[in-house]
Amino acid sequence: MSRIRVLVGTRKGAFVLTSDGKRERWDVSGPHFGGWEMYHLKGSPADPNRLYASQSSSWFGQLIQRSNDGGKTWEPVGNKFVYDGPTGTHLWYDGTPHPWDFARVWHLEPSAADPDTIYAGVEDAALFKSRDGGQTWHELPGLRTHASAQSWQPGAGGMCLHTIVLDPVHPGRLFIAISAAGVFRSDDDAKTWRPINRGLRSEQIPNPTAEVGHCVHRIAMHRSRPNVLFMQKHWDVMRSDDAGESWREVSGNLPTDFGFPIDVHAHEPETIYVVPIKSDSEHYPPDGKLRVYRSRTGGNEWEALARGLPQRDCYVNVLRDAMAVDALDPCGVYFGTTGGQVYVSPDAGDNWTPIVQHLPAVVAVEVQTLP
Amino acid sequence: MTVRVVLPSHLRTLAKVDHELKLDIAETVTQRSILDALEARYPMLRGTIRDQVTQQRRAFVRFFACEEDLSHESPDAPLPDAVATGAEPFLVIGAMAGG
Repeated sequence: MSRIRVLVGTRKGAFVLTSDGKRERWDVSGPHFGGWEMYHLKGSPADPNRLYASQSSSWFGQLIQRSNDGGKTWEPVGNKFVYDGPTGTHLWYDGTPHPWDFARVWHLEPSAADPDTIYAGVEDAALFKSRDGGQTWHELPGLRTHASAQSWQPGAGGMCLHTIVLDPVHPGRLFIAISAAGVFRSDDDAKTWRPINRGLRSEQIPNPTAEVGHCVHRIAMHRSRPNVLFMQKHWDVMRSDDAGESWREVSGNLPTDFGFPIDVHAHEPETIYVVPIKSDSEHYPPDGKLRVYRSRTGGNEWEALARGLPQRDCYVNVLRDAMAVDALDPCGVYFGTTGGQVYVSPDAGDNWTPIVQHLPAVVAVEVQTLP
Repeated sequence: MTVRVVLPSHLRTLAKVDHELKLDIAETVTQRSILDALEARYPMLRGTIRDQVTQQRRAFVRFFACEEDLSHESPDAPLPDAVATGAEPFLVIGAMAGG
C-alpha cells in the first residue's frame, strides 16, 4: 500500500507527518529546526527521499537544509544567494526606488528529472538555481533584469517570488509568480521572460489592467494540461487556457474571491480548490466558518466543503503554499492554517479531519505519495 | 591565542557545539579574525552572523565582551586583552527583538 508523507513548514520549525494510504493514523516527527521560520519544504519527484527545506530567521538569515532519507536526518547545504550583476532598484511601498536586497527563500521547486537540480524563488524577487543538490546557487538574472523590474513593488509580505511551476511537457517553459508584480513565463529555460497578466484586473494599482503590478497569490497546474493555469489573485480567482496568454475570472459564486492557495485535484484537471478569506484586511474566513470551496467545472460553479471543519468562531488564515494534494485514489487534499492545524480530506474534500491541531502557524504544506 | 566564543542557542544547534567553544587565533584577535576562524571550522555558520559578501554584521546580531557592546567597533580593531587571552569570552548575541 502507498504511503503519504506531508511536509509542513511553520513559523517555528518543520514537521513531517506520515501515514499509510488510508490516511487515518498519522505519525508526527518534529519540530525540526525548532524556532526557525520554515518557509517551504519539498521533495524531489526523481528521488522522494531527497528533501529540501528553506530555513529562515530575521536574526541569522537564510539556510537551506537537505535530507537524503526522507526527513529523518538533515544537513545544511549552500546558503549563498548573490544576485548576478548590478542589482538596481525596484519600487518601495511608498513608490520610491529601493535597492534589491536578498531576504529569504520563499519557495523551492526541485526538478522532475534530477534530484540535484532545484530552483529557488526568493525575496527580493529573483529566481535561483542549483545543479549540485543545493551546495551552490546561481541566479537566473533574466527575470530580475526584465525591463519592467524597476516598477515592481512589494506586496504586504515582501516582494517575493513565491510560485514556481515547471511545465512538464514543453521543454524550457516555466512559470513564476511575484507579489506584487504578477505572473511571468519563460520559454527558454529562464533566460528571457515576459509578463503574462492580460485579463487580470486589480483596482489597487493605478492602471487596473496594467501589464505588471498585480498581486498574484498562487498559480496551479494539472500535469496533464500544462496550458491550463488556475490563479488565486489578491482578489479574484482566474483561469487561463492558453498558458497564461490571457486570463478570465472564474470566481463565480464564491462567498469572497480573496484568498491565498489554489490547487488542482490529482486526477480531475477540472476540479480545483480554494479557501475563501473575508478580505485583504480581514485575513480569516467569512462568518467564522472555515470552508474549502471546490469547483468540478474548472471554476465559476463552487461548492462549500465544511464537513469536519470548524463552523463557528474560526479566524485562522490559510497561506499561499499551505495547500497540497496527494496522488492516491481518491485524491487526498491537505491544508494548514495559521492556527496550527493541518487538515486532511482523504476523499477529495468531502470530509475533513485534523492531523495535528496545535502546531505553530503553518506556512507551507507539501505532500509526497510514496510507493 | 586561544579565544573563547559563546554562540546563541540556534547557532549552537546548527553547529552542533556546546555552550562555549575555543578557537585558536594566530593573528591579532579582532572580530574579523574570530569570525574567520569560526566560519572556517564551522562552515554551516557562514552567512548567519555576517553577510557572506559584504562581511557586514547581520542587523540583529550583536557582539559583547567584558560587559561592553562591541558591535559597532571596527571589525579589524583589536579586541580587549581579556578576550585575546581567553580570560573573557567573546559573546555572539541574538538581539532581543521579540519572536
